Amino acid sequence: MRDLFETTIERIFSDLVSPALIHRCAAGVWPSELWSTLEEAEMTSAAVPEVFGGAGATWEDTFTLVRAAGAHAVPAPFADTLLANWLLGRAGLQPTRGPLAIAAHSQLTCVNGHASGRLEKVPWGRDLKRIVAFVTDPARLIVLDTASAAQLERRTNLAGEPRDTVVFDSAPAIHVEPLPSGVPPDFLLCGAMLRSAQMAGALQSLLQMTTGYATERVQFGKPIGHFQVIQQQIAVMAEHSACSLLAAEAAFAESASDIAALPIMAAKICAGEAASMCASTAHAVHGAIGFTEEHSLHLKTRRLWAWRAEYGSQAYWSQRLGQTVCESGSRALWPMLTQTAKPTTAATETRS
Amino acid sequence: MAEELRQEVRAFLVDALVDLPPVRRADSWMGFDAQFSRRLGERGWIGMTLPERYGGRQASAFARYVVIEELLAAGAPVSAHWIADRQSAPMLLRYGSEAQKERFLPGICRGESYFCIGMSEPGSGSDLASISTRARRNATGWILNGRKVWTTNAHRSHFMITLARTQEKTTERHRGMSQFIVDLKRPGISVRPIRDLTGDEHFNEVVFDNVELSDDELVGAEGEGWAQVTAELAYERSGPERILSCMALVNTLIDRVGRSPDALQARELGRVAARLFTLRNMSIAVTAQLQAGENPAVAAACVKDLGVTLEQEIPEIAQAIDQMEPSSQGSDYAKVLAHLTQLAPSFSLRGGTREILRGIIARSLELR
Repeated sequence: MRDLFETTIERIFSDLVSPALIHRCAAGVWPSELWSTLEEAEMTSAAVPEVFGGAGATWEDTFTLVRAAGAHAVPAPFADTLLANWLLGRAGLQPTRGPLAIAAHSQLTCVNGHASGRLEKVPWGRDLKRIVAFVTDPARLIVLDTASAAQLERRTNLAGEPRDTVVFDSAPAIHVEPLPSGVPPDFLLCGAMLRSAQMAGALQSLLQMTTGYATERVQFGKPIGHFQVIQQQIAVMAEHSACSLLAAEAAFAESASDIAALPIMAAKICAGEAASMCASTAHAVHGAIGFTEEHSLHLKTRRLWAWRAEYGSQAYWSQRLGQTVCESGSRALWPMLTQTAKPTTAATETRS
Repeated sequence: MAEELRQEVRAFLVDALVDLPPVRRADSWMGFDAQFSRRLGERGWIGMTLPERYGGRQASAFARYVVIEELLAAGAPVSAHWIADRQSAPMLLRYGSEAQKERFLPGICRGESYFCIGMSEPGSGSDLASISTRARRNATGWILNGRKVWTTNAHRSHFMITLARTQEKTTERHRGMSQFIVDLKRPGISVRPIRDLTGDEHFNEVVFDNVELSDDELVGAEGEGWAQVTAELAYERSGPERILSCMALVNTLIDRVGRSPDALQARELGRVAARLFTLRNMSIAVTAQLQAGENPAVAAACVKDLGVTLEQEIPEIAQAIDQMEPSSQGSDYAKVLAHLTQLAPSFSLRGGTREILRGIIARSLELR
C-alpha cells in the first residue's frame, strides 16, 4: 500500500505542482485540476475505512502522503483533508468529497444541534466544503458546512497559505458525534503531527535543493560544495532532516490507535529545531539568488517558518513536555522515554 | 518479550547499584567493575546476540539494546566488558576463524575477557589510514612494532584488536592494513596509563616492541583491515552510549529543579526529553539495520553526531537554567555537573570526531 501511495502521489505532485502553480494559488487561485486529480486517485480518502469507500490505509501509510505534500509545498489543504477524513472515519462518519480541515483554535458552543462561535486559523477556510471541529462539555466532534458560516475573514500564515477566521451563528451542524476514543479533546496534537510530517518532507526537499545548488554553483574555480566548510554545514542539515523524518514517522506509527502525545511532541519539537537550522543553512548556501521571489527556495523555507509555529511552537511543546517531566520527577523520566506508545496523562491534560 | 527483559534488568539494577552514588553513575560506560561484569555474564547479558555454542543467547539485537540502554540509563559500571560486547565480539563473529571464535567468545560472554581497540596513534588520529604500526611476516607468523595511543582500558584489558599495516603504503592508502588480536601479556608490550584532565586514568599509550604474533592471531583477511574497521565503527557510533552519557546529570537536574519549573527550565528540560526520545528511536533504527546485515555507516554517523551534540549541550543547559556552582565537594547535583562538564569535550572525540562524521555524511550526499 505504502509503495503504491508513494509512486502515485509523487507522480501527481511532480506533474501538477509547479512553482508557478504555487505562486498562482498564493494570489488566490484554487488549484481545481490538482484537487480533482487527487480525489479521482482516491488520495484524499486514503485513510478512510473501506466500509466507507476509502482506501482503508493505515495511518502510518498515510504518513507518506503527508510528507510528500510538505516536500512539494502543495498549495491546497490536502494533508488537512487526509487528517479530517481520518478523524471522520474514526468517529464512524462517512468521508466527504471536497476539501476539509480541522479547526484546532475554536470557541464553539452547540445548542440543539446548532453551533455558534469563532474558528480561527482554519486552513483554506475560504475554499473548504466542511470543517471538523470540537465542542466541549461534553467533548464532541462537530462537522460544519462552510456555506452556513455567518462570516469569513481572510487571513494567511507567514508563507501566505490561507488561515481564515470562520464565524458561525446558530448554524445547523451536519454531525455531532462523541469524540473518537484515543483522540484528546483538542486538535492541537493532531495538527502538530500533521505539520511535523509536512515539515519533514519540506526539509528533505530543502536538503536536495541545497546539495544540488552547492554542486552547481562555482566560485574560486570550483563548486562551492567542494569546500569543507560547506560540506560540514550541509551534513548537519542532513542529520536534522533524517532526525525529523524519523520522528514524524514515529508520531504517525504510534498514533494509529490512540493519539500518542510524547512522539508527537518530540516530532514537532525536533522538526522546529531542524527548520530553524536547515532554513538558515539553505539560505546561506544559496546566497542572494535564494533570497529572490523568483527562486523557489522560499516556497520551502517560508513554509517551514510558518509550520513550525502552527499547532504549538517548539517553545509551547517543550514547555508542556518539560512541565510533565518535572511533575513526574526524575525516576519517571527513563520509563517515560522507553515506553513507546502510551502518552502520559499529564502530557495530554496539562495546558500552559 | 523484550519488555519483560527490560523489567528484569531494571529490577536487578535497583538492587545491584543501590550504593552507587550519582557521581559514579555519571561515569557511565567508563566505570570499571570486573565483579559487576561477571555478574552480568552469569545472567547472560553479555554477548547475548552470539550463538549459544559460543556462550551467547542468540538473542535479537533489540533485546541486547534493551539490556545495554538500561545499564547506561542507570549509570552501571560496564566499562570492563563494554568494548568486547559492543565491538570485538561481533567483529570476531563476522571475520574471525572458527578457532578464534571458540577461543575468545565464551570468555567475553562470561564477562571475564576484556578487549580494547588499538586504532589511534600519536601521528594518526582522524586520519586513521596513516597509521605506522607495522606487522611484518617472519617464519612463524608476524612481528609487531609501533605505538598506539588513547586506548581506552588498555591497562585493564586482556586483549587488544590492533590495526596495523601489513603491506607498504601505496597510493591506495586504505589498502594493506590488517587486524590482529594481541594478547596484552605478550613480551615486548608496555602499557602506560595517561591521566585525563579530571585526573582519571581511562586511556593509555601502548608500545609494541618486536611483539611476536602467530598466524592465527590475524583476524579476517590480510590487507582487508580497513573494510573491517569501518564496518565495526557502525557498532561503535550508533549505540545508546552516544545519547545517554549525561543521563545522571539530567536526572539530578530534574531533582534540583523540582516539581514546579519556571518557563525556561520547563522548556529546556522538555527539549532535552524530546531529543532523547527521538535520538533513541534513531539509534534503535540503526540497530535494526545492523541486525539485517547492512552497513549503516552514514546513519550511524548521524546518530553519533546528533547524540553527542545533545550530550555536550546538557551540562551547558544545566548552567543556563540553574545557578548552582559545579563542585566536586558539593551536592550530588554539583558533583555530577562538575564531572560531566569536564568529561563532555571527550564525547565528540571518541569513536570519530564530529568533523570526520560530517565528512562521511557529506560523501554520501556526493559533495566529496
